[in-house]
Amino acid sequence: MMSRPDCLKALAAHRTNEIVVAFFRPAFEWTAISPSDLNYTSVLVMGQNAAHGLGLALAFPNRRVVVLDGDGCLLMSLGCLTTIANMAPRNFTHLVLNNGEYEMTGGQPLPNSSKIDFPGFARAAGYPVVREFDDLAEFAKAVPFLLTADGPVFANLKVVKGPEPYPEDWSKMLSAERREAFKRALLR
Amino acid sequence: MTKSPSAEAIVAQLKRARVEFLPYLPDKMTARIVAVAEHDPAFTVIPVSKEDEGVSICSALWFGERRAVMVMQHTGFLDSINNVSRLASEMGQPVVMMVGLLEKEAGVKPTESRRFGIRVTEPMLDLLNIAHVLIERPGDEEQIAGLIDKAYETSKPLAIMIGAEVA
Repeated sequence: MMSRPDCLKALAAHRTNEIVVAFFRPAFEWTAISPSDLNYTSVLVMGQNAAHGLGLALAFPNRRVVVLDGDGCLLMSLGCLTTIANMAPRNFTHLVLNNGEYEMTGGQPLPNSSKIDFPGFARAAGYPVVREFDDLAEFAKAVPFLLTADGPVFANLKVVKGPEPYPEDWSKMLSAERREAFKRALLR
Repeated sequence: MTKSPSAEAIVAQLKRARVEFLPYLPDKMTARIVAVAEHDPAFTVIPVSKEDEGVSICSALWFGERRAVMVMQHTGFLDSINNVSRLASEMGQPVVMMVGLLEKEAGVKPTESRRFGIRVTEPMLDLLNIAHVLIERPGDEEQIAGLIDKAYETSKPLAIMIGAEVA
């Protein structure tokens, strides 16, 4: 198992101009670790991370879009895997932060969490590149590949939450100003 | 003479409004629209596995100033309320939806349909503060481009309800 913030730091170390989609708790961690107007964090609809990522990948085919998905979020919209695989955006990297629980609501387990095979779902849906990591060094080594390989790329990251919570300012995260800054950064 | 709106006329309106992307989940009422658009290089059609995905895709495309219309049945709209209310109503994004009113009786107002799902669609749109128009007869199509332009120019959502099977 990897600490989620450590995973995000390993990802951030290789970030250049990627658009990164993150909702809920990982969004607070990511924006603290890798602040950028290219962070797309202001949509609060569970299960929709990947669909937003697909829209952005289609709108900006020459930029890499990274989706930081939750395991609960993805489970809520598994069909999206087939939608994405069918459209086959080459610039799409889908990382699932898999902690086996609904963390925001108190850590209730996902149904059948110990047996869910997310890489199997992605493979069966038609993702051409599928990986799984539970070791930080291995993940850190793979990040450059995950950010550049012809996608859609899928990686299941087995994580636990970090030792300290990151500050959460919901009104700032969900503000219209944040969305406007994101749009300006995209069109710059 | 047909009593239905024409798919070719609707697609022409979408093109006039600079719509490039059509996420869709198959719907008998609007199937011909997608079939026509699929053969037009001006459009990228995106089959989705659930309607709320398509709403999100439209929303994300808008950030890139790309225009999209989500094509779905009214049941799909009702199933997507959580996403629509957040993106379109709360965030005020110009999410444009084409909503087929499957099995609506010809000439009957949607709110007076015998079908419960059809009867509640328009009041639900009103509740969500989403402008809507009914396209049911030949000639109705002509409003579409202007309404889509207005939605994007004013950053407001729009529902184009299709009240008859498009020919």
